[in-house]
Amino acid sequence: MIGSSHPQSKRARPSSRPKPRPSHGRPDSNRLDATFRRLKDEKKKALIVYLMAGDPSLEATEKLVLALEQAGADVIELGVPFSDPIADGPVIQRAAQRALGNGVSLRSILTMVKSLRQRTNIPIVLMLYYNSICAMGYAAFCQAATDAGVDGVIVPDMPPDEAGPLKGPAEEAGLRLIFLLAPTSTKDRRTFVARQSHGFVYYVSLTGITGSKLTDVADVAQNVEKIRKVASAPIAVGFGVATPNDAAQVSHFADGVIVGSAVVRRIEECRQASDMVEQVAKFVTSLKMAMTQKQRLVPEKLV
Amino acid sequence: MTASLPDRHGRFGPYGGRYVPETLMPALLELEAQYAKAKKDRRFQTELAHYLKHYVGRPTSLYRADRLTATLGGARIYLKREDLCHTGAHKINNAIGQALLALRMKKPRVIAETGAGQHGVATATAAAMFGLQCEIYMGTEDMQRQALNVFRMRLLGATVTGVDTGSRTLKDAISEAMRDWTTNVRTTHYVLGSVLGAHPYPMMIRDFQSVIGREARKQILAAEGKLPDYLVACVGGGSNSIGLFHPFLKDEKVKMVGVEAGGVGIVSGKHAARFAGGKPGVLQGTMTYLLQDDDGQINLTHSVSAGLDYAAVGPEHSFYHDQGRIEYAHATDEEALEAFDLLTREEGIMPALESAHAVAHVVKLAPKMKKSQIVLVNLSGRGDKDVQQIARMRGVAL
Repeated sequence: MIGSSHPQSKRARPSSRPKPRPSHGRPDSNRLDATFRRLKDEKKKALIVYLMAGDPSLEATEKLVLALEQAGADVIELGVPFSDPIADGPVIQRAAQRALGNGVSLRSILTMVKSLRQRTNIPIVLMLYYNSICAMGYAAFCQAATDAGVDGVIVPDMPPDEAGPLKGPAEEAGLRLIFLLAPTSTKDRRTFVARQSHGFVYYVSLTGITGSKLTDVADVAQNVEKIRKVASAPIAVGFGVATPNDAAQVSHFADGVIVGSAVVRRIEECRQASDMVEQVAKFVTSLKMAMTQKQRLVPEKLV
Repeated sequence: MTASLPDRHGRFGPYGGRYVPETLMPALLELEAQYAKAKKDRRFQTELAHYLKHYVGRPTSLYRADRLTATLGGARIYLKREDLCHTGAHKINNAIGQALLALRMKKPRVIAETGAGQHGVATATAAAMFGLQCEIYMGTEDMQRQALNVFRMRLLGATVTGVDTGSRTLKDAISEAMRDWTTNVRTTHYVLGSVLGAHPYPMMIRDFQSVIGREARKQILAAEGKLPDYLVACVGGGSNSIGLFHPFLKDEKVKMVGVEAGGVGIVSGKHAARFAGGKPGVLQGTMTYLLQDDDGQINLTHSVSAGLDYAAVGPEHSFYHDQGRIEYAHATDEEALEAFDLLTREEGIMPALESAHAVAHVVKLAPKMKKSQIVLVNLSGRGDKDVQQIARMRGVAL
């Protein structure tokens, strides 16, 4: 129970954590932190693009990451396919099934990230379900992820209340644990979750699963402002941002815009085409352009 | 050993917990608070008792199966007749309890998953009686196996939505129901059907089902003047078994066996025996034993009975498994079908294929016991729903 005494948040205060390791307290060493800071200085917003690793193949994902960085993505969120993704809508479910059908595993994804790291410094966060971490082991996972060049992790079925066993190993490895807040989150939870989240706070823009339709941008803006009062990390908004116009509107008040299902759907549609990577890159460019020209696209009531 | 479980984080030792998207956390916290209040509220308990007695038909009888006892030639066998509950299975005990909670929380819509269809029918029934809107998620494979129950739910006014992902069985129906709940949480209560999922579900559903064990304990003491030597029940998610076992946990001399689905055999990999082939992990909100591969992907399961065909088991079972308090066995499809025939012919009682797994274990256990000993088996549901499937398997056109 989250009561007025905040038992969890007390327990999780830095004072009660193990002594910080060298990687902690030097945020520059984390690509994710560095990117958000640079963008803040430049008065820009982060475009975070989600890809399902291994859809349509790991080689294609590797090419996509490099091309999308060129196209304007600031952060890449790599989905690790899971057989039972309870937080995902049909588009990402299908992508996960294709990836699993290709024999993709957490280990092969980490190998791919390692190979990518020879060619790019774009921050990479993994989005994966708790059982994938559980199966590898908390410490082994955190070490392997950092060694491969992963900067943070998002675990959609792990609220901070259950993150205990992962916190120590993640901190030790310098891996950012990114938690989610939702429209249903109460004031108490907003404070509790925002304070636990490192790298950024992931605000789920709607009450639903990935790929749903964003309807009430004004409501999202209000909630982001409420989170900002209690969060020290940047705030990124996802789950429903599908079009350049959505991205433009959200970038007006959030520090980052996460686009997932809309990208994955394009990959699905043109996965057989020889110019698949170019088509997806073109879409990402359109998102980025809308975000930088946002003033003209934002409806007056939001300004 | 049992009074304090789960702890305030919903843990049974290392198992249980609340592994859900943040969107659902406030709803789970609200449900936990509302349930804690209701549990202490005499009005709620009186109302629940009223419906259990006059609507469900409780207490269900404890029947001494003399012919089965004579045939097996060992321990005296008693059947706890949950098959005599309204709608034909123990599932209604929980569905009524949760529907009353939905009313208290002013949620006009309920959703549920179903495997064999029994929980779906129970939820649709409670929804019809209380005037709640109802949607049931069911794997398309199960819809085919349990076509009769699909039609029953529709007759009761529920929307039945087929789930065509994964193994198209119970696991996938739960995922889809969780997605619905995540989307409609403000207006909807999720009536989970077994002691699965995130806290407080495993605790709350156990409490609602413990009426089985409380009655059985009184009834066996009245009939025999002593407690049984063995309790036997089938374990899918594990609600009928924990419902029977829980009130006996402190009776140290009472042994308990949970019977999982052995499918076509453990070696084949086509089964749902989590304790025989699984290891701990997290699925659909809870940490428990799972059938999974080395990467943590959930394995496809198999059982002739849709209600046992699931890759995870209730977290409280995992705890008692590790403690050694409850023993877990498995019965194959073939053994369950033989037990179905045996009980039907010897006692004139057609068990659900799920419950037939428990009977199949009794067939192995009772002959090894003394005639003065007692086995109490939970007959969690009736077999009418399985008649079509059995006919199909035997090539009989109906």
